[in-house]
Amino acid sequence: MTDNDSQTFGRLPATDAERSVAGRPTRAAVVDWWTDRFGVPRTIFESYTLWEKGAGKVWALPFDPGAPVPVEALGLTVLRTRQEHWKPTTIAAQRFGREATRNVLRLDERDQAAAFLAGEEQEIAWDGDWGYVIAAHELTGRLEPIGVGLYTYGTLQSMVPKGRRREF
Amino acid sequence: MDALSRYEPIIDDFEGFLAACERPLPTTVRVNPLAVTPDRAVEALAAEGVAVDRREWHPGVLEVDTNKPGNTWPYVHGWVHGQEEVSCVPPRVLDPEPGDVVWDACAAPGGKTAQIAAEIDDDGLVVANDDNLGRLSALRGNCDRLGVTSAAVTNTDARRATLDAFPDVAAVDAALVDAPCSCEGTIRKNADALDGAGASASRSLGRLQADILARAVALTRPGGTVVYSTCTFAPEENEAVVDEVLGRTDSRLVEFDVGLASAPGLTEWGDASYDDSLARAQRYYPHHNDTGGFFAAKLEVTA
Repeated sequence: MTDNDSQTFGRLPATDAERSVAGRPTRAAVVDWWTDRFGVPRTIFESYTLWEKGAGKVWALPFDPGAPVPVEALGLTVLRTRQEHWKPTTIAAQRFGREATRNVLRLDERDQAAAFLAGEEQEIAWDGDWGYVIAAHELTGRLEPIGVGLYTYGTLQSMVPKGRRREF
Repeated sequence: MDALSRYEPIIDDFEGFLAACERPLPTTVRVNPLAVTPDRAVEALAAEGVAVDRREWHPGVLEVDTNKPGNTWPYVHGWVHGQEEVSCVPPRVLDPEPGDVVWDACAAPGGKTAQIAAEIDDDGLVVANDDNLGRLSALRGNCDRLGVTSAAVTNTDARRATLDAFPDVAAVDAALVDAPCSCEGTIRKNADALDGAGASASRSLGRLQADILARAVALTRPGGTVVYSTCTFAPEENEAVVDEVLGRTDSRLVEFDVGLASAPGLTEWGDASYDDSLARAQRYYPHHNDTGGFFAAKLEVTA
């Protein structure tokens, strides 16, 4: 086992048996996490190669470039691992969260969606699981994910990054 | 506007051209088809009280009656990206296919990169390069916001770029050189765009541009396409660059028409004459389509 080099892209091992970098999540575990947590189809990352760069940051690319490549960015960051609770990225929630069937918290009131986008914490009665959720609202008749929230004790905490926050 | 006077012999309705250069640009956005259809984007903008005028030549290019399209829900969801109308031309001309590998030589801030990714249905690889480390964050930020998965970002001097980082890729299918230029065509949004402009500055930029374009041809497979574009009127940075690269590489110019009004590329400028095929390049002037100024040429790699 070698240690993770946070400066380079390393391909996720398919399974635990194929792991050569300590603590690196497996491809199977990433797919399991998305399907368990959000009920997305198991095919979610079928056409993607998955990579780790940085501490536990998982990237998805719809192309197989062969060996690990020395580049600045490789596809889209979809998940942060190597911490107790894995956390999806805002853009992964938007891009892949439309197919979620579980742990999607609907912000039906317009001011709820606006408060979430502004980065505010709000009290919301909801009977779903505690943990990371996909916050969504309806736009032109379709449920559209806004980003990631942390739901605990009847409170929804917005995880929208500071640079993406807006006040309408 | 003095820096523009040298173009009087080559621009029809020169008064109309100058008048257009004085007017502010319409605010336009490009719909991100990776996230939504143009119809839904228009509907969502209308629901926020933003009136939209759709462009005929490209269903995803919308003129919006707000100067802050970023403060709308469609923007938050990555449905639209602020992009000048004429800057949506080069990826259209390149017209890559799903599964293609595309090199975007001078990619920051990434609007065209994201559009190329959309053109290939985000299936394949867009090697998005920029030599300016400071501009990579904008490039990455825009690709991220628009949910682009197919981009790999590199930070090298495009004149000496290689595909060594991608051992399985022998050559790319297509390349875009949206070259660093004197930006005269952005005068409608940047009042100081003409400061320092002139033939001498343009000749100097031309050497850099030709080296990047020649590199793009070298990295592209035979039969592949390379598009060269700038946002300047200067022939020293446009026809002269393409003419030189046609002579240096195995490539030829091919015709294209994206549906916007344009003038053919020049075959003569001052004492210089260029290959007759330069007439297949296109010059987009501000008074033609109420846009910024632009130049585009489409090359096919022949060997």
